[in-house]
Amino acid sequence: MPSLLVILPLLAVLLLNLPLNFLRRLALPAVILLTAYQALVVLQLLPPCCVACPSHERWFVNVMDPLTSVLLLAIAIVAFVSVFVLHATASDEKHGFNALNLILLAVAGMNGLVMVRDLFSLYIFLEIASVASFVLIAAQRDMGGLEGAFKYLVMSALATMMMLASIALLLAFCGSTSFMVVAEALHRGAGHGYLLTATALFLGGLLIKSGVMPFHGWLPDAYSSAPAAASTLLAGIVTKVTGVYALMRLVLDVFGSSPAIQQLLLIFGAISVVAGALAALGQSDMKRMLAYSSISQVGYIVLGLGVVGSGNKFAAELGFAGALFHLFNHAIFKTLLFVNAAAVEKQAGTRDMNQLGGLAQKMPITGLTSLLAMFATAGVPPLAGFWSKLLIIAALWLAGLHGYALLGIGASLLTLAYFLSLQRRVFFGVLRAGCENVREAGWALLVPSVVLAAILVGVGLALPWLIGSFLLPVKGF
Amino acid sequence: MNLLALLMPFGIFVALIAVVGLYSLIVTRDMLRVLLALEIVTKAVTLLLIVGGAVSGQMALAQTLVLTLIVIEVVVIVVAAGIVIAVFKHTGSLDVRRLRNLKG
Amino acid sequence: MDPNLKNQILMNIILMAAMLLGALATVMLRQLVKAAIALAFTSVVLCIIMFKLSAPWAAVFELSVCAGLITVVFISAISLVKPATEEERTAHMRFKVRRYFLLPIVLLVVGCGLSFLKINPLPVIAGPEAISDMRVLLWGPRALDLLGQILVLLAGVWGVVVLFKEEK
Repeated sequence: MPSLLVILPLLAVLLLNLPLNFLRRLALPAVILLTAYQALVVLQLLPPCCVACPSHERWFVNVMDPLTSVLLLAIAIVAFVSVFVLHATASDEKHGFNALNLILLAVAGMNGLVMVRDLFSLYIFLEIASVASFVLIAAQRDMGGLEGAFKYLVMSALATMMMLASIALLLAFCGSTSFMVVAEALHRGAGHGYLLTATALFLGGLLIKSGVMPFHGWLPDAYSSAPAAASTLLAGIVTKVTGVYALMRLVLDVFGSSPAIQQLLLIFGAISVVAGALAALGQSDMKRMLAYSSISQVGYIVLGLGVVGSGNKFAAELGFAGALFHLFNHAIFKTLLFVNAAAVEKQAGTRDMNQLGGLAQKMPITGLTSLLAMFATAGVPPLAGFWSKLLIIAALWLAGLHGYALLGIGASLLTLAYFLSLQRRVFFGVLRAGCENVREAGWALLVPSVVLAAILVGVGLALPWLIGSFLLPVKGF
Repeated sequence: MNLLALLMPFGIFVALIAVVGLYSLIVTRDMLRVLLALEIVTKAVTLLLIVGGAVSGQMALAQTLVLTLIVIEVVVIVVAAGIVIAVFKHTGSLDVRRLRNLKG
Repeated sequence: MDPNLKNQILMNIILMAAMLLGALATVMLRQLVKAAIALAFTSVVLCIIMFKLSAPWAAVFELSVCAGLITVVFISAISLVKPATEEERTAHMRFKVRRYFLLPIVLLVVGCGLSFLKINPLPVIAGPEAISDMRVLLWGPRALDLLGQILVLLAGVWGVVVLFKEEK
């Protein structure tokens, strides 16, 4: 069954491109159905399709642990939403169709990425998702998009070179690229300089792909200059899957968490959290501010992951659960914010916050959902973001890393500050001169924002059930 | 049979080639040269993979990896070349410094 | 077999030096077309090295794809951006080689630094059973990679479709 999640998008792409006329109009419903199917199957609301029973599963055996499942769900939700955004903002039929195919390929790549248990296969699916993203960003061939795509491409290529070099070194050492074999071998040779180099290279590459400071150079440009649907997909899930998920999976299964790795993650996480928040304060482009906010939030996730290496077992569990939960939440609220940004850009014609103001009167639903997303990001109870941040900060505190915990709390205040600034400048305040004719966004942008906001509130309220059943039993800690 | 003794000469060599590519990547002003630099780093990594396979006796696995790597690299380079050409059609220049537009 | 071994080591050194020179040429040649040809030369030398390391399949692939296809891609790209204003191009070229003077120094430093690195021996890990036939391996246990290749190629195809189509 898990193979279907990779094969179905591939089949869809192949079928949609047969030279039959009516197929073009089928593209959009096809993608919506696929992503909905994926979400429902992961939530076990739909029985897995009987075409590929577990006994016939060749590639992805025993793959659905909570880390993978949560990510699959997040991929499905964000892809689902990005299709709506595409429908609302695509410039013409042709472009929309191409983008849909690319979204399908990106989804196939990301699904594969979260399900493999082999270093090189991880690389392959990572590249699939990345190449699809490059093309999506550059699709409108405007200078901004091309620039963002080029920077993303070069830095991503550097990151993958580092990862491949590491794979080569590990191959020389233990003769295989599968997670289990490499983990076993690393355990036996622990502490040796050669292995540390290999580990550092791989983790460095992943930090670049995650957009952690100071390796974030490509991120603000790629996020802000991409067309609306591409930014939604990119910010919502691609960076998370290709960077942060891979980081979590490897720290969990392969590299283990030695004190060296722990220090690395904590330091870079802390730098991202603070510097990202500070940089966000000074932005005037709405999407660029959201991009720096992403960097900051990913810093939280990395901080939570950093706790895993401490001696305290309970803190480690808590930290990992918090990191995973924050990953999911961030996918939801960042996507929601980008959907709102797309709505604002479409209706008001600009992303420059200095030219906007008082839009809440004209776009009430967008304003309200944006407010909810903002509170969730800043960690206001009882929304989902509060719980995940609480878990991470609690884990940091319990592990004795008081300084980092205080840093996390402080950065939350910064988050609140820059988001309040965004809200004040865009939605509240005086209605600016050029904005009288702005109307509320169409259904294509409203449906996803309402759905995402509902998920945010729902997850926040339902947390007690989720913690026990879904999140904590991630690994036999 | 010391692993590192076998690996070392090739390792240094690979590192040198990678340095050539990385240096060019940082220093160059022409977008197409950026792509050439990426290609050189790719060659270095390909060689490292093959050497890794030779040293660990897993030559078939290493060749499989290299094959897939080459396919993916071609795709990336073609997409990158497409982006570069599109940039050229827009601005008539391939200066990497022009890409500093989106600062902030 | 002393003279034989010496010949082998000499051959290896020559090949490695050739590849390094090829890389340097790619990076430092003034004209882009010549640089692309230097890249092809580097690929050819890499192919020979791989062949000597008993990796024939990878060598052939590298030769046909990198020395062939990618060179064609580069030369087409170069010719497509040809009509750049001559003043701009020569202005760049004038400062070019000076910037690379630092490179040999960096290379020497890195080379010497790495060769004097004292490293303890690594524990020997007995890896899993090696399947010796690449074709069996590729179509069997690593068939997932093939699926991945198909997906990447499709993504590349869309890249070409989106980026190279002429605006109406």
